[in-house]
Amino acid sequence: MPTKEEIFEKVRTALEDALGVDEEDVTPEASLIGDLEAESIDFLDIIFRLEKAFDIKIPRGELFPDNLLNDPNYVVDGKFTDEGLQQVRERMPFADLEEFSKNPEVQNFANLFTVQMICRYVESKLAAS
Amino acid sequence: MRWIWIDKFIEFQPGVRAKAIKNVSLAEEHLHDHYPGYPNMPNSLITEGIAQTGGVLVGETTQFTKRVVLAKIPKVSFYRPVVAGETLTYTVEIEMLMDEGAMVSATSQVDGELQAELEMVYAYLGDEHVNPNLFQPQDFLLHLRQLGLFDRLPNLEELGWNDWPGLQSAEEVSWKNGKHHAS
Repeated sequence: MPTKEEIFEKVRTALEDALGVDEEDVTPEASLIGDLEAESIDFLDIIFRLEKAFDIKIPRGELFPDNLLNDPNYVVDGKFTDEGLQQVRERMPFADLEEFSKNPEVQNFANLFTVQMICRYVESKLAAS
Repeated sequence: MRWIWIDKFIEFQPGVRAKAIKNVSLAEEHLHDHYPGYPNMPNSLITEGIAQTGGVLVGETTQFTKRVVLAKIPKVSFYRPVVAGETLTYTVEIEMLMDEGAMVSATSQVDGELQAELEMVYAYLGDEHVNPNLFQPQDFLLHLRQLGLFDRLPNLEELGWNDWPGLQSAEEVSWKNGKHHAS
């Protein structure tokens, strides 16, 4: 099992290559969309590189859940419902929801996708394998 | 006329690697605009040829049942210009196949000299996209035959191509008994 630092280093390399960003931009707190300017196709590219770097299989929708926002039970008037928030907790146990749960607006959802979130996800995958 | 930027496949290992060549000629009109007095092959069209080589390689892994589109070029470097009379050899290797698409690495070479290096990401178009067919099956089959793909594939049966849904109808329309009936 690699250390947290080793995981971070590999995640950083994957993001540098996928997003064409500089090493110093890839901090644990950096958000993929807001700070590193990832676009939709980049998420596929990131998953390719993580699978290769860590020799893991990332099922579709596991790291980047894609159908939460469209469910009328989970999102009402641009805001996550309690049920929706519970879904986010269950589907993304590796995300830091503390700030988000205070104001679970859809527009804040993208901020959950940080470098640190990916590292935690990889840690949980490696621990489970 | 189709937008075809490779001349022939010279190697095709299903699911692994494809090699294709592109001969560059002064008879190609675009060279005269790029640039007057210094005709050389545009790198954008070299990229297109490599994307076509890889697109067929990736498409074959699902017997062309999925619609493969070039989605992203994460990395590309060009090392030298290419002029008329030279032959480009494109080599594309599959790095990873997934349910959503594929990643490949590729090179372009002239006489063994590295001309370009690329990474490419292909995505499969989902059902929500409007046009169900990127190509008519018989057109696509004709296109692959013209590129010599079938000369590089030793055993179609082994590849499961006989189960490819488009193949049978395409064969019936255009290639039965060696006759070409496609309109």
